[in-house]
Amino acid sequence: MVTNAASLGRSGVHDFILIRASAVILTCYTIFMVGFIACSAPLTYEIWHGLFSTLPMKVFTLLALVAVLIHSWIGIWQVLTDYVKNVSVRGLLQFVFVVAAFCYLAAGIIIVWGV
Amino acid sequence: MELSEQNVKKQRPVHIDLQTIRFPATAIASILHRVSGVIMLFAVGILIWMLNESLASPESFAGLQSLFDNLLVKFVIWGILTALGYHLIVGLRHLIMDTGRWEELASGLASAKIAFVLSAAFSIIVGIWVW
Repeated sequence: MVTNAASLGRSGVHDFILIRASAVILTCYTIFMVGFIACSAPLTYEIWHGLFSTLPMKVFTLLALVAVLIHSWIGIWQVLTDYVKNVSVRGLLQFVFVVAAFCYLAAGIIIVWGV
Repeated sequence: MELSEQNVKKQRPVHIDLQTIRFPATAIASILHRVSGVIMLFAVGILIWMLNESLASPESFAGLQSLFDNLLVKFVIWGILTALGYHLIVGLRHLIMDTGRWEELASGLASAKIAFVLSAAFSIIVGIWVW
């Protein structure tokens, strides 16, 4: 079996499952967020702050950011391995994107922590 | 030139009329799904910054709201939501295709075109919403 050190899952099948599982979480989060903002117009700070002060919303947000990390890691790997043939450049780009996704997660934890 | 190479060159039909070569809808759906995905990677950074501004204090929330009056900001938000909507809709098509449906040429083309129409409709609705 061919394994690639830059991919996230242990195998292609693992990546296949992970990208779909994270996609389902992100779909739910997107529909919820767009629906909430659309339904609570005009959105005030009190409503918005109240939403994110609840534990389930904090958990949901962090779950979504973990899903972003998993989904983008596999997604960007698929794109880069198809289009960037130079190994050094591909490795560097993969590193930059994965680090960015980790930073998103870290920022998200700090943002919802204090609400 | 080797003999095998000569044979390949002789036998292969040549079609280099780029004007008549068109990507099928399924191929366009696939490449746009990748493009919108990469756009979303950058967009999530903007969205997280906005989340921070909206939750930090009532003042920063108001500051973010007033930023939405800016035409360029409206355009960026519309662009992000369009990319997100398209990525989500074509992603759902992907999940349905995982179950073995829409894998034939006709159904694949049709579902790709329906995904385009739904995404365009979503993009227009979002545009009206933002403006």
